[in-house]
Amino acid sequence: MNRSEFEEVFLPHLDAAYNLARWLTRDPTDADDVVQESFMRAFRFFNGFHGGDSRAWLLKIVRNTCYTWLRKNRPSEIVYELDEDRHESVTGDPEAVLQENIDKQFLRKLLDKLPPAHREIIVLRDLEGLSYKEISSVTDLPLGTVMSRLARARKRLQSDASATQTGVLG
Amino acid sequence: MNCEDAKPLIDSFADGELDLVNHVQVEAHLDECLACDHTYRNTTALKNALAGEELYFKAPVELRTRIRSSLHEAAEESFWRGLLKWRWMPTMAAAAIAVITLFSALTIFRPSANPEDQLTNEMVSAHVRSLMLDHDTDVISTDQHTVKPWFEGKLDFSPPVVDLAPQGFSLIGGRLDYLGGRPVAALVYQRRQHLINVFIYPAQDKHNESGASTRHGFNIIHWTKNGMTFWAVSDLNAGELQGFTQLLQNS
Repeated sequence: MNRSEFEEVFLPHLDAAYNLARWLTRDPTDADDVVQESFMRAFRFFNGFHGGDSRAWLLKIVRNTCYTWLRKNRPSEIVYELDEDRHESVTGDPEAVLQENIDKQFLRKLLDKLPPAHREIIVLRDLEGLSYKEISSVTDLPLGTVMSRLARARKRLQSDASATQTGVLG
Repeated sequence: MNCEDAKPLIDSFADGELDLVNHVQVEAHLDECLACDHTYRNTTALKNALAGEELYFKAPVELRTRIRSSLHEAAEESFWRGLLKWRWMPTMAAAAIAVITLFSALTIFRPSANPEDQLTNEMVSAHVRSLMLDHDTDVISTDQHTVKPWFEGKLDFSPPVVDLAPQGFSLIGGRLDYLGGRPVAALVYQRRQHLINVFIYPAQDKHNESGASTRHGFNIIHWTKNGMTFWAVSDLNAGELQGFTQLLQNS
């Protein structure tokens, strides 16, 4: 339980922790608190970390802390319909290709509106760049679920984009 | 591979997460299927748009500072808690014993800056003890010829015993005491309401040491004569005690 050792291993992942917490809580102050608490928890459970992927280990704690915090402070937000089993309503592919120069503020709003399960998987994969395997260990989801949920989350984001702003689609 | 097989794999293909066989098959399908290729390009465009810095929230600098100081506090706290854990008990016990032993050693064997100081303290203590315990004498006699023989067989030396009653210092009696690591003779004289203890033992060295001091309101005078060391201790004023010791020395 060496503090400098802990800092050396985990402080480099502070941005990753904050980014995930910020996207899940959707509030800078709440994200601060959640990340701070996550680091304290990680420090307490440091003995349970036996090397390996320190970022995934930390993000798992951040994620759990976020959900505990959401359940306590905004329980309505995590009551959402997981559409994994729902028949996909968006069947047709968008005609045009999403432009890479899409307005980022607009994209941010769309991502913000996704249910947490979809938001977090996009954040972990497309913003943070975790592999499917790492996402699986952070979220405790089977690899197959990670794969299908990510595909659905992206599809939803794309269809939201085309539905909200036709100008986005070239 | 047809569209139905390829569609669920397009995201994984774009992410480079497919095994080699599936990857090659999806790639081949995209080459020949415009709709699936369209989906693929949409996915890639979205991925690229999301990957930019604009959507990534970097931790504020203050948060890093805050976490570091919290960690510092937590580390100190856990250090003390760790010390109290049972597995540390043998170490703690050993450390405690070591500390106690060290303190005892310092107290018992504390080197005195001046051995004479220490002896003086002992003389005063013996004097006070004799008053407190109402045990100033073992042999009560105003007769020097009764007191002197009483010491015989009790000590390996014979202390000189003189009565100074005519000069105002009456001999009350004598007793045995143990001072400076050896048995000593103690003669008790009285001057009005003041008691005087005179401790006598064979001189340790050839020096004719002598001196006078005051401790806790007691006057102490010591001298050596004829191979004997004398210590006179009393609450009697210094002048009278000095006179008393002169009488003893001249007798």
